[in-house]
Amino acid sequence: MSSASLTILIADDNNTDRRILSAIVQQEGHKVVEATNGEEALERFNESVPDIILMDALMPKMNGFEASRLIKQRAGNQLVPIIFLTSLQDASSLANCLESGGDDFMSKPYNRVILKAKINAFGRMRRMHDQLQSHNRQMLLEQQVAKTVFDNVAHSGCLALPNLRHSLSPLAVFNGDTVLAERKPDGGISLFLGDFTGHGLPAAIGAMPVAEIFYGMTQKGFAMEDVLREINAKLYTILPTEVFCCGAMVDLDVTNKMARIWVGGVPSVYLYRGDSGAVEKVASSNLPLGVLPSRRFSPQPNDYRMHNGDRVFLWSDGIVESHNEAGELFGEERLDALFTHATDPDRIFDDILVAVDQFIGGSRPDDDTTLLSATMVDLDVIGLPLLHSNKASIGGPMDWQMNLQLGPQSLGAFNPLPLVLNILTEVEGLRSLSGHLYTVLAELFNNALEHGVLGLDSKLKQDSQGFAQYYQLREQRLADLTSGQVCLDISHRPLGNGGELTFEITDSGPGFAHSHQDLAYLTDNPDYSGRGLALVRRLCDELDFNDAGNRVRATLCWPRPAWSELHLNG
Amino acid sequence: MTVSAIPNDNGTEITIKITGRFDFSSHQEFRQIYENAAPDIQGYTIDMSEATYLDSSALGMLLLLRDHAGGDNSDIRIVNCNEDVRKILSISNFGQLFRIE
Repeated sequence: MSSASLTILIADDNNTDRRILSAIVQQEGHKVVEATNGEEALERFNESVPDIILMDALMPKMNGFEASRLIKQRAGNQLVPIIFLTSLQDASSLANCLESGGDDFMSKPYNRVILKAKINAFGRMRRMHDQLQSHNRQMLLEQQVAKTVFDNVAHSGCLALPNLRHSLSPLAVFNGDTVLAERKPDGGISLFLGDFTGHGLPAAIGAMPVAEIFYGMTQKGFAMEDVLREINAKLYTILPTEVFCCGAMVDLDVTNKMARIWVGGVPSVYLYRGDSGAVEKVASSNLPLGVLPSRRFSPQPNDYRMHNGDRVFLWSDGIVESHNEAGELFGEERLDALFTHATDPDRIFDDILVAVDQFIGGSRPDDDTTLLSATMVDLDVIGLPLLHSNKASIGGPMDWQMNLQLGPQSLGAFNPLPLVLNILTEVEGLRSLSGHLYTVLAELFNNALEHGVLGLDSKLKQDSQGFAQYYQLREQRLADLTSGQVCLDISHRPLGNGGELTFEITDSGPGFAHSHQDLAYLTDNPDYSGRGLALVRRLCDELDFNDAGNRVRATLCWPRPAWSELHLNG
Repeated sequence: MTVSAIPNDNGTEITIKITGRFDFSSHQEFRQIYENAAPDIQGYTIDMSEATYLDSSALGMLLLLRDHAGGDNSDIRIVNCNEDVRKILSISNFGQLFRIE
């Protein structure tokens, strides 16, 4: 290792000493640059960028200590080893050499063998440092590319909606944090906050498939459980055992005013009531994603009623676990106090960020303060989503009909809506209407299933207790279902310069004619259950029920006026 | 942090004691302990009485141990957790995979 040629700056005011030293160094094959005082040393340093500096301590104009300080300052991240050459012998002078930026010292007169050895050792150290620097530059470059790719994948969603707020530091992805939001075809919003174990690229890499699956399936109208199942299966397959994803997912149904919440491994999701200021905590009751094999993973989200102005807050453990210089944790009490003392709900989000920032003061957070919140609003605040399709086929099928009959087993285990929506959007003219179509289809299908086949009474949903009971009953009856069916008859025909789509949905139930008061109730209390039906009526050209009330027929013609022209509140 | 292992008298069980912060820095040490343990170990006890904190990397290490110990057929107890440690285990619902006592 001794052979590599270095440029060595020798600063010594004593001509004899300097020439002797210069001769020794040159004999070793190194190039020498000479200086006779500190000022000159500084100038030579700027001109010739030496690899190692041999510096006399006491020199006129500027001594070696001062020159070292300035050179080290200028060198910045570059390692420029400085070896002091000194006739001083006392400990405090030698210590001063190191404190002013020197890396080593040698006492005069020089021992030639030791001098050679030191030059070689510092030469090695410098090469290692250069290598490290170059690896570090390479890593930063790679991270930048990775981050750009990640941003393209992960931030294609709807985080910019006016009712959403999020905080995610620019390089949080390398802390394993990710925040995603996407519109559902029915106009709702799906939110996901994830926190992968570990740091750096291993933590960031899992976020890619999560984002792909989340966006792809949410846009197609898959239920939260299906999306979570798919993410879990993917992560379980591709990630090593010790890497997994703590996360929370929230579906906001802006039409029926509810939130479906799943929490697996991150701190409780907070549900903040806009009118009372009360907070309900939805604690993690699931293992993180990517831990269990598919056959054992069974996501069980809970449903909550949400009035306009109610909010959900999702976070990684970065908030409660951020700590101050004394090592104290921010903790749940401080977080809760922010909610208790909030005077303006709009400010809570910023208050949290400011409070955490003030709390940690000068100390750097271990994790990132990743935070996501959403406010329940009416659909007209955020509009129906424009879901773009990448398919390029023109026209598509125009004259066709299909029939899908679902028996009890299928009703319990299969959501036909994504499949049907997929077929419908093969018709070029219907593609931009997938939001409309999904809303109509979902509302009518769920009515047929819940009221027709399962015999659930929508009056139950009047208060929040009944609301929970309703969905509990729904699940239970669906699991116990042994008979009954829902038929979907769908047809399309060309009409004018567009087409006409007809849905006919028939259920095996007795029909709601047995309780006309139900229908009256729906009309009188749109706030609870009639919203859906009222919306469907506005989205369709025709909507009618048969006499018994177990068959509904909806017709939609396209091209259609834009959403904004539909007068949502009319 | 330090990790130490104490086998029981007949060598079929082992107690792994964690001291201090249980985080990524202990990855190597923790792994070596269970990989170097006798092959006929059937039961593992993780003693957290001296553990002050664990992070998500530590949870990952527990999963590695679980795989090593036979996955679904493994027998791993996590004992003497302080409140912070217990909370982290419960948020992650690791009670579904380990016996937390």
